[in-house]
Amino acid sequence: MGGVGVPMEHALILAGMLFCMGALGLMLRRNIIFMLLSLEVMLNAAALAFVAAGARWGQADGQIMFLLILTIAAAEVAIGLGLVLQIQRRFKTLDMDSANRLRG
Amino acid sequence: MMTVLFYTAAVIALASTALALTRANAAHALIYLIVSLLAIAVTFFLMGAPFAAALEIVIYAGAIMVLFVFVIMMLNLGDAGDAREMQWLSARHWILPGIMAGLLLLEMMLALSGSPGATSGVSVDPKAVGLALFGPYVLAVEIASMLLLAGLIGAYHLGRRFIIRGGERG
Repeated sequence: MGGVGVPMEHALILAGMLFCMGALGLMLRRNIIFMLLSLEVMLNAAALAFVAAGARWGQADGQIMFLLILTIAAAEVAIGLGLVLQIQRRFKTLDMDSANRLRG
Repeated sequence: MMTVLFYTAAVIALASTALALTRANAAHALIYLIVSLLAIAVTFFLMGAPFAAALEIVIYAGAIMVLFVFVIMMLNLGDAGDAREMQWLSARHWILPGIMAGLLLLEMMLALSGSPGATSGVSVDPKAVGLALFGPYVLAVEIASMLLLAGLIGAYHLGRRFIIRGGERG
């Protein structure tokens, strides 16, 4: 089936609003799991902008950039969750303010 | 009709993301975030990117969110942190960065408002994506594979120490 013609700026505004929510969540949450979730939201919003741009010109390049962003998100979340386990083990908390000394 | 579906999915994505990032309990937040990812997959499908929509569900809503679920289960978080998180969510902590982020969003909306054009309505099938991926973008595939290898080694290093020392302490 074919795609649907939505105005380009509406898709970009959706991506921008999602990115803003992610950035806001990253700023105001101190729980490291929520900070990682906010990063996922921001990466996802950037991917949405790429897919919208690819759909604007009917080219595959947008989806290829989406694939690369997906790879980055997967690698980032694997490392990030490994760090979460280490932080929980060393500091017995997920609060990033109390884990601000790297040498526990 | 189809544009109505797009806007419905967009509203669902925004609402569930807002709910996800304001929950105190991480497990509840994950459920809302999965809903948000599914809604974004619907927008991908409607914009004519079925391959990206499938990958969004399989990898984001499937693999990555399952990783988060595993870690939350391993950490066995109680309700102890919830009260502290709720305290952080009070308005005086987020109102100033919220206003500034909102202003930047408003500026972007104004800047975008004059831009012409709509999405083409042409569906880009997985075959075209694959041909481009292993044609002109083959170097990007190599870079992605190296990135995944680095992620694998890093995650193994961090997780291995966790498992060994956790075993020593009983």
